[in-house]
Amino acid sequence: VRFSGQRVWGIGNADIISTVEFNHTGELLATGDKGGRVVIFQREPEGKTEPFSQGEYNVYSTFQSHEPEFDYLKSLEIEEKINKIRWLPQQNAAHFLLSTNDKTIKLWKVSERDKRPEGYNLKDEEGRIKDISTVTSLQVPVLMPMDLMVEVSPRRVFANAHTYHVNSISVNSDCETYLSADDLRINLWHLGITDRSFNIVDIKPANMEDLTEVITAAEFHPFHCNLFVYSSSKGTLRLCDMREQALCDKHSKLFEEPEDPSARSFFSEIISSVSDVKFSHSGRYLLTRDYLTAKVWDLNMENKPLETYQVHDYLRSKLCSLYENDCIFDKFECAWNGSDSVIMTGAYNNFFRMFDRNTKRDVTLEASRESSKPRAVLKPRRVCAAGSKRRKDDISVDSLDFSKKILHTAWHPAENIIAIAATNNLYIFQDKLNSEMH
Amino acid sequence: MFPKGTKRKFSDSADDPAPEPATPLQRQSLLDMSLIKLQLCHMLVEPNLCRSVLIANTVRQIQEEMTQDGSWQLMTQALAAAQCPADRLVASELLCRQTDPAAAAGGPKPYALVGEAYQEEEEEEEDSEECASEGEEGEQVFGTFEIKHPPPGPDPALEELFSDVDASYYDLDTVLTGMQAAPKMGPYDLLESLSSHGRISSFHIIYYSMNTTEARTNP
Repeated sequence: VRFSGQRVWGIGNADIISTVEFNHTGELLATGDKGGRVVIFQREPEGKTEPFSQGEYNVYSTFQSHEPEFDYLKSLEIEEKINKIRWLPQQNAAHFLLSTNDKTIKLWKVSERDKRPEGYNLKDEEGRIKDISTVTSLQVPVLMPMDLMVEVSPRRVFANAHTYHVNSISVNSDCETYLSADDLRINLWHLGITDRSFNIVDIKPANMEDLTEVITAAEFHPFHCNLFVYSSSKGTLRLCDMREQALCDKHSKLFEEPEDPSARSFFSEIISSVSDVKFSHSGRYLLTRDYLTAKVWDLNMENKPLETYQVHDYLRSKLCSLYENDCIFDKFECAWNGSDSVIMTGAYNNFFRMFDRNTKRDVTLEASRESSKPRAVLKPRRVCAAGSKRRKDDISVDSLDFSKKILHTAWHPAENIIAIAATNNLYIFQDKLNSEMH
Repeated sequence: MFPKGTKRKFSDSADDPAPEPATPLQRQSLLDMSLIKLQLCHMLVEPNLCRSVLIANTVRQIQEEMTQDGSWQLMTQALAAAQCPADRLVASELLCRQTDPAAAAGGPKPYALVGEAYQEEEEEEEDSEECASEGEEGEQVFGTFEIKHPPPGPDPALEELFSDVDASYYDLDTVLTGMQAAPKMGPYDLLESLSSHGRISSFHIIYYSMNTTEARTNP
């Protein structure tokens, strides 16, 4: 896979991007930020004269999704940061998305208005009531074209169901329900009902002193509406079947790789904590990310992953420093391409990595203004591990910038277009040569 | 594309080809760092539960290893010796009170810091039945640790003890109840006190509680 075309979107002074998500067709791309704002980009339709201008993303709509709140009972501020956005499959002309902060999930309707009625009998063009005596004949109002307006309105607010911080939301394939997960519980909602939700997973111990494990991510199966998976801070994955019982505390399958006793260190558990889990589009595999690796699991094999990819193994000898500066707790997300043949995840120094599952080749790319000129090909980067021979243009481990982390990435559902969030900048890279998935 | 070579255990030196077990000094340093992080957790507006749990588990792991080779006992004894008798009495009083009689554990442990912070959260959110039992426990915790405003009536002797209390007990408040209080002691002061072992600090109380717990459970 070679990314040759590119598009840089610098949001400048805006807040740090906290989530990125394509909709189901890839026509729209939503980003959420630390300030509670959502920006939606729309892909320009192809067919323009200049070949490279087709298919670029432009701002479609911007709105304030969440505001900071104050919980007076606990004297705590609830952050407005958008943790996740998930699109609903499109069912009519309007688009719907779910956005969530730490506590409250909201359903937003995004619709277009490009016509307005004109020729009212009782109102004039400015909307003022006409004097009836001036009306001599009746006319039928007609719809006239107007400048496109994108209207966003909140349709539902799902509040007060989470004691702990919401880390995931996932829309069910039935398009009627969705789940929301916090550190200790997972709730099932009906999209039309806001005053109650159904608790389907609860791992809170009776005595909080016994708490040793939290939920880190959760997702519904792409087409089996009864199945969902959740990951934990101990590196386990649990597949649950909602048909078996109402409270899915007992898993159907438990995916866990046995620990190598000779490799155990004080940091083993922390680096095994799963920061993201994603079903493949085929529904056959799971992709997980922990601190140093990305793993592909086969749903039919619970005792170990199918494939393990080293994202930045050169950090293994630096774990103590990374613990000290808290980087070891960074939660990186991961993504599949549309055909499930390539996986992608972020790293430090604005690097992100892609692994081709078939050819076993991998590449490190950088998302930065300096290295990205218009229409230039993204040059593969290399991190030189300490002790090995350093080539020209290599970056040494010690000069990596740990403040530049790519935590959020997304891949277009059908084409080789990727969205990379680098702090407060959004990069959209396209592979013009190979736009079809392989 | 599979892991090559052996994984390193706890070493910042990238030049060594073979894995090294953590030295006692490295282990102690990691313990100190972890406890500071836990204390800072509780000073934040809303601690990140995942991070707190992972750090607490790391502390527990270190404690287990140190208990196995006997160094934990040595450390707690050294710290206990540095305390004066009156304080020791207060410490065990405080901590015994706080323990829920129904709880299996003998007493609070460092990693219980995580639990306490979130115990109070649950009191408002859950339904009334649960609220009653947890509320009791919560009140017990707050009643005991409200040093500035002692609970009306229950124990005049304890109140008297607290009237002379060292400023560092306010830090105990912060640490063990997870309440957001103005820190009287920053993390670096804490580090100083940990290394000097001269001044009584909240962590000494925690270490002492470990000793007390073990004395009760391992006669």
